[in-house]
Amino acid sequence: MLNTIKNRDRMLGLLSWSASLAVFLILGILLFDMISDGFRTMSVEFFLSGPEKAGRAGGIAPILVSTMLVVGIAVAVSIPIGLATALLLSEFTRTNSQFAFIVRKSLDILAGVPSIVFGLFGNAFFCVYLKLGFSILSGGLTLACMVLPILIRTTEESFRAVPNEFRHGIAALGFTKTGSVFHLLMPMALPGLVVGTILGIGRATAETAALIFTSGYVDRMPESIFDSGRTLSVHIYDLAMNIPGGDRMAYATSLCLILILLSLSIITNFIAKSVFQRGIFIS
Amino acid sequence: MLKIKASSLLQTDNLVASILKIAACLAAIIVILILGFLIRETADVPARIGLTSFFFDKTWNPTESQFNLIPMLAGSLLSTLGAIILAIPTGVVCAVFLHLYAGQSLKFILRRTLEILGGIPSVVYGFWGLVVLVPLINSWYPPGAGLLAAVAVLTIMILPTASLMIDAAFQAIPKSAVKGVRALGLGRWEILTLCLIPQARLGILTATLLSVGRAIGETMAVLMVCGNIVQFPSSIFDPIRTLTANIALELGYAEGNHRSALYVSGILLLFIVAILIVVISVFERHHHRAKHH
Repeated sequence: MLNTIKNRDRMLGLLSWSASLAVFLILGILLFDMISDGFRTMSVEFFLSGPEKAGRAGGIAPILVSTMLVVGIAVAVSIPIGLATALLLSEFTRTNSQFAFIVRKSLDILAGVPSIVFGLFGNAFFCVYLKLGFSILSGGLTLACMVLPILIRTTEESFRAVPNEFRHGIAALGFTKTGSVFHLLMPMALPGLVVGTILGIGRATAETAALIFTSGYVDRMPESIFDSGRTLSVHIYDLAMNIPGGDRMAYATSLCLILILLSLSIITNFIAKSVFQRGIFIS
Repeated sequence: MLKIKASSLLQTDNLVASILKIAACLAAIIVILILGFLIRETADVPARIGLTSFFFDKTWNPTESQFNLIPMLAGSLLSTLGAIILAIPTGVVCAVFLHLYAGQSLKFILRRTLEILGGIPSVVYGFWGLVVLVPLINSWYPPGAGLLAAVAVLTIMILPTASLMIDAAFQAIPKSAVKGVRALGLGRWEILTLCLIPQARLGILTATLLSVGRAIGETMAVLMVCGNIVQFPSSIFDPIRTLTANIALELGYAEGNHRSALYVSGILLLFIVAILIVVISVFERHHHRAKHH
């Protein structure tokens, strides 16, 4: 009996050590591949010039600009709607309200919608129905729909983290609900709002499938948001699948994308940690 | 004087509340808008193509009006099934490592590693699969790009989030329960099978269903490694095509009936995901009710 217990314990130990080792190895090999093959290609020139020979040579300057524009539009559109929805859900409705229930459920489903379906929708609604065509604006608006659920969830959680005593206190001082939003909730939940926004930016930057058929393929420098523009992730896809000999540039672009996302995640962790250490009781 | 001011302030509150309500309606309506526009693109499909075509046509060949979606549905389901079978047990084992084996610093490092892996974009996984995994499988058993490569890439993609979700479910279990099993002189295997898995079964189930949704909906990574040939695979090395990959490959040039057929597969995907989410919320409500009674 004691022997079986020991043997099973040892077996589980072996399994869990090897699974964790596998996780470390996967990240290690992936990063090693990207860095060893991508770093050589990265230079100042790479960031400042446009793609040449269908992307086999040159750089990614217009692609960086398009990415920033698409993500910028997505964030600028989703933040006001997300913030307002989160405020409504956490402060202006009862927990058992029917309306809040419906909003929450539909956001849950929205969070699960596959990105290619967002692409289908964006193509049918923004590109064709609203006649925006393949444009940075269409892509940005599609992504705005996509990042809303994660934005609302993190924002609502950070509002809920404000202790109820504070709400009672500010109400006792004669503040209205609106006043308490601006003078208590927003300032206290600010780190959470920033973290939510950065998570949304990360998700939007990583997205590919929703953008192929909304913001399109064109790799020239965009002149306005009504031009088609290619984002970093679409660039990687195109180089890897459609351009023979595009691997070298695809490695460098992947490394660039990973570095952007890693720095976003480091910033998020830093904010979350500093707030956690300081505690929510500031004064 | 004071009375007037109070009522006007309350009016501001009401005004703000209604503005917020409009925004929330906008957020909630997106799902309906998505469904609406997918249906709008396919509204005349029953008349022009007929619903049975999607299941009983000879094959998928839109230029010759053959619209059978079943081989691609099979591709989606098979690759998802393979990835779930590999990723969920591995995820449980990783979570066990975090709870029963790792020290403080190793715990921190593994959690951070999983978070970073979970944040790597699917197109990068696809590219990596294409240049590293596919040649590897090809040297073992050609052609390389196929069901096995799709399963491998999907597993790597799902594992981090699944592990972290199961880890969170384990964390919610009271420490006293684990200590109770330990006090009986039992080992970690018994802690896992008698305490962690039974107590966290809802969390593990939710993690599984969410992973199924992610795997079925995954486009880029699978598209780049699955070989993209429309067929029922007869072995794990055969090339396949999934529903999502099909949309991404063909929407660019699809017109007329072909375009509508792609939107039908989009509705199918949306339907699958909606069912998964409803099932999760039913389980959760059931669980809460069981807890309160």
